[in-house]
Amino acid sequence: MEVLRIATSGSVDDGKSTLIGRLLYDTNSIPQDKMEALHAASKRKGLDFTDLSLLTDGLVAEREQGITIDVAHIYFSTPTRKYIIADTPGHIEYTRNMVTGASNAQVSLILIDARKGIVEQTHRHFFIANLLRIPYLVVCVNKMDLVDYSEARFNQIVEDFQVMLDNASFKGQEVKFIPISSLYGENVASRNGTISWYQGDTLLEYLEQVSFDHEDNQHPARFPIQSVIRPRTTEYHDFRGFAGKVVSGHFNVGDEVVSLPSGQKSKIKTIEQFEKQLTVAHARESVVITLEDEIDSSRGNMLVKTTEVPQQLKEVSANICWMDQQKLTNGKTYLLQHGVNRVKAKVQQIQYITDVTNHLQKADKTEMGLNDIGKVSIKTAAPIFADAYQNNPANGAFILIDEFNNTTVAVGFID
Amino acid sequence: MTNQINWEFPQALEDEAIYILRETVAQFEKPVLLFSGGKDSITLVRLAQKAFYPGKIPFSLLHVDTGHNFPETIAFRDWLVNTLGLDIIVRNVQDSIDQGKVQEETGKYASRNALQTVTLLDAIEEGKFDACIGGARRDEEKARAKERIFSVRDEFGQWNAKMQRPELFDILNGKINIGENVRVFPISNWTELDVWNYIVREKLEIPSIYFSHEREIIERDGLYWPYSSFLNTTADEVPFRQKVRFRTVGDMTCTAAVLSEADKLEDIIAEIMEAKISERGARIDDKRSEAAMEKRKQAGYF
Repeated sequence: MEVLRIATSGSVDDGKSTLIGRLLYDTNSIPQDKMEALHAASKRKGLDFTDLSLLTDGLVAEREQGITIDVAHIYFSTPTRKYIIADTPGHIEYTRNMVTGASNAQVSLILIDARKGIVEQTHRHFFIANLLRIPYLVVCVNKMDLVDYSEARFNQIVEDFQVMLDNASFKGQEVKFIPISSLYGENVASRNGTISWYQGDTLLEYLEQVSFDHEDNQHPARFPIQSVIRPRTTEYHDFRGFAGKVVSGHFNVGDEVVSLPSGQKSKIKTIEQFEKQLTVAHARESVVITLEDEIDSSRGNMLVKTTEVPQQLKEVSANICWMDQQKLTNGKTYLLQHGVNRVKAKVQQIQYITDVTNHLQKADKTEMGLNDIGKVSIKTAAPIFADAYQNNPANGAFILIDEFNNTTVAVGFID
Repeated sequence: MTNQINWEFPQALEDEAIYILRETVAQFEKPVLLFSGGKDSITLVRLAQKAFYPGKIPFSLLHVDTGHNFPETIAFRDWLVNTLGLDIIVRNVQDSIDQGKVQEETGKYASRNALQTVTLLDAIEEGKFDACIGGARRDEEKARAKERIFSVRDEFGQWNAKMQRPELFDILNGKINIGENVRVFPISNWTELDVWNYIVREKLEIPSIYFSHEREIIERDGLYWPYSSFLNTTADEVPFRQKVRFRTVGDMTCTAAVLSEADKLEDIIAEIMEAKISERGARIDDKRSEAAMEKRKQAGYF
């Protein structure tokens, strides 16, 4: 059974949580006791309808303010697939949480209030979805009931959105526009017939048929080593296996591989998944690989095919999103974590900060603040074995960690 | 829509959980697996077995025994530990009570559920565990839906929901300050049904109380409570025998039974798919208020 990961984003009050509530409700994913709790909570708030957003706003502070602060993960299944929704905040000050939610998504769901059209948050959300190269974009034009289900209004918003698409740096996204009313459930999981001029898929129909491009499998093979398994028991006295997850591409038994950074070569002897012996390991599979020869490899090293060796970078140019209250300053050192590999790193220069609403780049900046997105040059103390994010996203991202308080302060996408 | 059974377990979830367990062992000095004897922690044990095979599971289990467990759960725990040759540490809530660190609740709703947090935090401190692996799932409850996979807790075990570290892609940052520890949730993205399908696929043994059996129960607040010496009952609450099973395994004082004839895994799954009540709907500890879980998490509960 396949898992489809969706990130939702929208700005305040455009009905994002209601939309998700509607999806769950219409797929019978809300158990009776939760539904009753929802009715009761809505009543207490003095509402005369059942507020489906109370389902996803899990924190007291969120329910008090009626906004989403942090990413909530929501699950539902159809007979076709399992869905994981990362419901992310729309508020500008929680942009970092939005990036967090979007980082694992295959589909980005952008909500637009039909009355307001494209607003600043729409630009921000689209910019991030585009920066992360999320393959599918669904633009839901919501609250159609409040604009008399006007086709002209819908077409105007599609046209405005098209301008944004034309200016985007990554053109490979598949974009789908759907007019909906999450309050009445129109075009979410079913049709009520109020939008007769729209003949296309409902949101759920669209999600059900989004094809999984197993692109990660086509990319060069990368196997970062998480740990070395050496049981040293009588039965497995000489066993030495490399445990890890194939991040991209695939490996076959017999493949010639090289271990980075040592450069030592060998051949894959076995690929194991618990008691099973495999002949091939695909992208995202957690396996143990044993080699024909004893070579020097440990955590943080990477096995790759001799025919597809990645760049070994000590100077990195990358787009980063800054996620910490404390500003980034030129020349400060951090820990850079690329996959499971951690190295010291120094931000040498902030090349520019991008205004995500109009794509303008502002140079001559010496610091970057919370939620800023921009281009930086980083120097690392040891090489990382990375691909450009645009060529192989699974091996092209990293985080920066503050050495003093250990928190994650930025995410980066390598040029 | 959900009534159609899809038996296939999403393999991506196992690969993700194994990756998380391997990161935990690599990034922390002394991880421990919090074991309750329930299906979720049994699933974690299986995943740990797979993650480090053919090596042994490189950490102990920790069981906080409230003293109010189902005897079937304790028997199962001992059987599992023996069969797989695991290390287990057991700490008792009774000891915390005897030490005067916590006070037994009174009244007919008295339970030791909240008390176990103190015993757990003491055990973490004593064992110097920097990572506690738990079987919590995001689909269980709306505060849990907000939690990270590596969830940092302060010295007092507290969860700060507003200050969570961003978690990006599959990159896990396990760096912590002295005194802090991390709760690790490898099956965050699994649903109740995923766990059951996994138990079927892996042919895992589970405690007998998950299957239909006859037992003495009382009816209170529309729920069926298992009758035991731990439960404070009123005069009009008369126990009667009924065929029931349990959907989750907690204390005998805070886990309600469901009427059920399901005595095979297949029947249990079919029943869950039909069920109108959520899994934690039978957890009396969650019913105390809308924010019951969030409040307990802030205090260091799992």
